[in-house]
Amino acid sequence: MGENLWKTHKDIPYAPITMFSCVGVNKTGSWRTNRPVIETKKCINCNICWKYCPEPCITLGELHPKIDYDYCKGCGICANECPVKAIKMVAEAEFGEKEGEQ
Amino acid sequence: MKEVVSGNSAAAYGARLAKAQVIAAYPITPQTTVVEKIAEFIANEEFKPKFIKVESEHSAMAACIAASQSGARTFTATSAHGLALMHELLHWASAARTPVVMSNINRAMGPPWSVWADHTDSISQRDTGWLQIYAQNNQEVFDSILIAYKVGESPDIMLPVMVNEDAFFLSHTIEPVEIPEQKEVDDFLPPFEPEYKLDPEDPHGFGSLSMPHQWYMELRYKIAEAHEKALLRLIEVQNEFEKRFGRSYDIIDEYRCDDADIILIGIGTTAGTAQEEIDLLREIGVKVGFARIRVFRPFPVDRMRELVRKAKFVGVLDRAFTFGYEGPLFTEVKAAAYQMRRQPLMKNYVVGIGGRDITMDVIKRIVENALNIVEEGRIDREVEWIDLKGAQEIHLRRRY
Repeated sequence: MGENLWKTHKDIPYAPITMFSCVGVNKTGSWRTNRPVIETKKCINCNICWKYCPEPCITLGELHPKIDYDYCKGCGICANECPVKAIKMVAEAEFGEKEGEQ
Repeated sequence: MKEVVSGNSAAAYGARLAKAQVIAAYPITPQTTVVEKIAEFIANEEFKPKFIKVESEHSAMAACIAASQSGARTFTATSAHGLALMHELLHWASAARTPVVMSNINRAMGPPWSVWADHTDSISQRDTGWLQIYAQNNQEVFDSILIAYKVGESPDIMLPVMVNEDAFFLSHTIEPVEIPEQKEVDDFLPPFEPEYKLDPEDPHGFGSLSMPHQWYMELRYKIAEAHEKALLRLIEVQNEFEKRFGRSYDIIDEYRCDDADIILIGIGTTAGTAQEEIDLLREIGVKVGFARIRVFRPFPVDRMRELVRKAKFVGVLDRAFTFGYEGPLFTEVKAAAYQMRRQPLMKNYVVGIGGRDITMDVIKRIVENALNIVEEGRIDREVEWIDLKGAQEIHLRRRY
């Protein structure tokens, strides 16, 4: 939360809130068991995965969306919703040491 | 403008005049007509909140919390089992510091099924961090909702408030209620402006994790502090309410207690019956008074001490029971009196459980018992179930 700024209960906000967007600061990619991988050849860039991503860690791209693996928790909703089955869930073990791991 | 309405309609008028912006509620007897009246207002375009249909009371409270965090004034209503289903989110509402206002229609918990008056439902939510107000009549139901918003939304309070009314005795009984003009209410109750709210332009994490070494304990301390301030704020707001609307409320509503040797203490509609009987007893010289606890949380401990200080005997009437001990109000009143140099004799009368009528005769019998106790200088037993069919046999605590 903000313990470096705050010393006593008088300093903290009345409600249990963080003073920054904790979703932005706390990388959650290491929670992931399976990684969604976009097969760019199959992707029709319909952006349905972008709409459904609850994180949200999918951004729009010129040719196809991009997944930010620093934040993707691997829920698989994108793969499930993809109308052309262009997203595969691949076990993280297959990638070895990888980005997103803290 | 005077309207002749039920307690539930009075609650609906309260939400309407307070201009609640989001209402999420699930119907349950005897609360259903609160929701029906609100739906009627909306259908007639007299009231334009966002009305969210939900699948349970748990969801109703969740919707109210989220709406409140986004900066909307919220209202919901429930009763008994519905309130119990909300339990988890009642904690959330207070700890997230969302000043949701809720009408709770006090009804007995099953089994056996009962839809009648009993305070077990809301007393069971004592420790959730909500402010609890108990009304004695329909006017008070309406007025208390306006007071609840003003107190709960105060920047140094920011806590949810439960306005309780007894099932059927208020919820379905029709009384004249003064409904003020919208303008008068607007002048009393400014729009809700929380310091922090859900806003994509200014992102915060809401209710995220706090480790034991971080701020959880301090956040709980701040709720405790806000409750203490809330009692003073309630008095302040009730005074302002009286100036504007001419109706006065207190945290403990005393009736002929000033010179009373015997003081009975209770909550809710029992007060009306007790007052009638007390008038009769006063005519024959019995010095008896009745004090109605209007605000149960925060508990008006100092006022309670002032009240019981001069009495010879205090009888606490509980329309609820804490199994394994005694009536919950009795525990509170005794605890308040403990720090005094001298305590009056005290006894617990368990009455009206499951809506059983608390008649003038019941009050009279309690006072007769109290007179015997004062004469003897000692109580006959600590807890007595009044109007029980058959003698009360369970009585383990014999030494006092």
